[in-house]
Amino acid sequence: MSEHGSIGPVEAQRLVCTEPITLAAGITLQSWELAYETYGTLNAARSNAVLICHALSGHHHVAGYYPDDPKNVGWWDNLIGPGKPLDTDRFFVVGVNNLGGCHGSTGPSSINSATGEPWGADFPVVTVSDWVRAQAKLADELGIAAWAAVVGGSLGGMQALQWTIDQPDRIRHALVIAAAPRLTAENIAFNDVARQAIITDPEFHGGNFYRHNVRPTRGLRLARMLGHITYLSDDQMAEKFGRKRRPSAGSYGFGVEFEIESYLRYQGDKFAGWFDANTYLLMTKALDYFDPAEACAGDLAAALAGARAKFLVVAFTTDWRFSPARSREIVNALVKNKHDVSYIEITSPHGHDAFLMDDHYYHAVVAAYMQNIAT
Amino acid sequence: MSHILKRPDFDVIAGWMKAGDSVLDLGCGAGELLRLLSERGLRGWGIERDPGHVLAAVENGVNVIQSNLEAGLAGFEDYAFDHVVLSRTLQTVRHTQQILAEMLRVGREAVISFPNFAYWKNRMAVLNGRMPVSDDLPYQWYDTPNVRFFTMLDFEGLCDEMGIVVRERMVLDERGNTVTEEHNFLGSLAVYRIGRDA
Repeated sequence: MSEHGSIGPVEAQRLVCTEPITLAAGITLQSWELAYETYGTLNAARSNAVLICHALSGHHHVAGYYPDDPKNVGWWDNLIGPGKPLDTDRFFVVGVNNLGGCHGSTGPSSINSATGEPWGADFPVVTVSDWVRAQAKLADELGIAAWAAVVGGSLGGMQALQWTIDQPDRIRHALVIAAAPRLTAENIAFNDVARQAIITDPEFHGGNFYRHNVRPTRGLRLARMLGHITYLSDDQMAEKFGRKRRPSAGSYGFGVEFEIESYLRYQGDKFAGWFDANTYLLMTKALDYFDPAEACAGDLAAALAGARAKFLVVAFTTDWRFSPARSREIVNALVKNKHDVSYIEITSPHGHDAFLMDDHYYHAVVAAYMQNIAT
Repeated sequence: MSHILKRPDFDVIAGWMKAGDSVLDLGCGAGELLRLLSERGLRGWGIERDPGHVLAAVENGVNVIQSNLEAGLAGFEDYAFDHVVLSRTLQTVRHTQQILAEMLRVGREAVISFPNFAYWKNRMAVLNGRMPVSDDLPYQWYDTPNVRFFTMLDFEGLCDEMGIVVRERMVLDERGNTVTEEHNFLGSLAVYRIGRDA
């Protein structure tokens, strides 16, 4: 790695698709849009394209910055750029906002052409397989027959895994990072508490809050606070906050007193200020439904039997939301099928969020793996 | 005599396998053996704990699973691999019987190489009052990863006790040449092919 530069100014693009897509929920979107960004150059053979799949709150702005908003840096900019582990001098990298999102792709806050109003509660529940199909359409439009790699962390890693099952001939490598083959009951429980926080907010209005010109920020804030706890590790929280109190804090009351309270409330407020509540519901539901083994009576190895990609599976030691043991389930299913797979277990204090962090070993492994991908 | 990557046991190990076979290499290091085997048409996976080695293995383009050896086999099915290799590592494993049993659970056969502590130079070193240090035992007593010290006779005795059958054995001297007599005396490195039956 020589230069560790930013890809620089980038611009969001839009795919407008007039070919209807029927979702797993049985509902057909007659026309739909995907917001996406691209970095680097697609080579003549069109063989160097890499798709980045986002997690729960992510989007298509993965690397670089917007010229009119230079502080708005892509969420995986530490990994993607010229000379970076995902080297845009070699690869043509595509970031996409998924269906149901709130960053420009068709979602609950988009206008439903049938009613002239935002979709709101009527927007169908979307699944990881739905996203893969929509992403495949984007690949068609970009003239990409097969991705050199599909890369994702958390829910993004699940999309990479689903690609290998649903589109085995269109993906050569899958980088499945901090993911799981399916959610546990505990995981689903966390998601449901988050959803209940949103749904029971009086300003949710059954999902049609747009027409009331309000937003269920209290519910969304609680949902994010809860989620955020599960993305960190106990050790890291102890080290960063411990039992420290705010200097100005009073005592024997219910105001902001401990530093962790202040931090979580800040994170909750920040998130609730811009994220769409319906999108949050959809994303958590997509997580809950994700279970590629379900169609094979719970046998993950059977579900992955037809995969043709090579895999890099990465887990982080303090990730208790999607623990290393869950990644090992994926690895064991792949090995059972005699698929090519490497598994890296990274010692990190950062919990689930570690996949977004700049860790030397983590990035060195990704760089080394990407280096061996022929373009 | 030149040997692949200066690891004469790799010649022996590779010679016992054929294209198309599947291999699990325990403690695969930077993946040199797996690389060699893959060039010969085998399908391989390695288990390695050390991050530096794991990174080197990824750079080498081999399949590597980062895991503790002694816990790492639990997730694999019975007879998942044609061969399970443990090269120059058995002496570093604390639970010897457990790892041997696990190797022969997940593999149809196991290939094991280890330094023979009864090699005559090792015996001489001890007779002269010092722990042996050689190409095959390259550590000082205070920094060695070795926790089990055994000879070919000891190993064969344990196999007997565990109902493990030695299918083939190759013994090398310090220069990597084949030893044809007085194995437990003249052999510095022993390579075994073992299974549950002949």
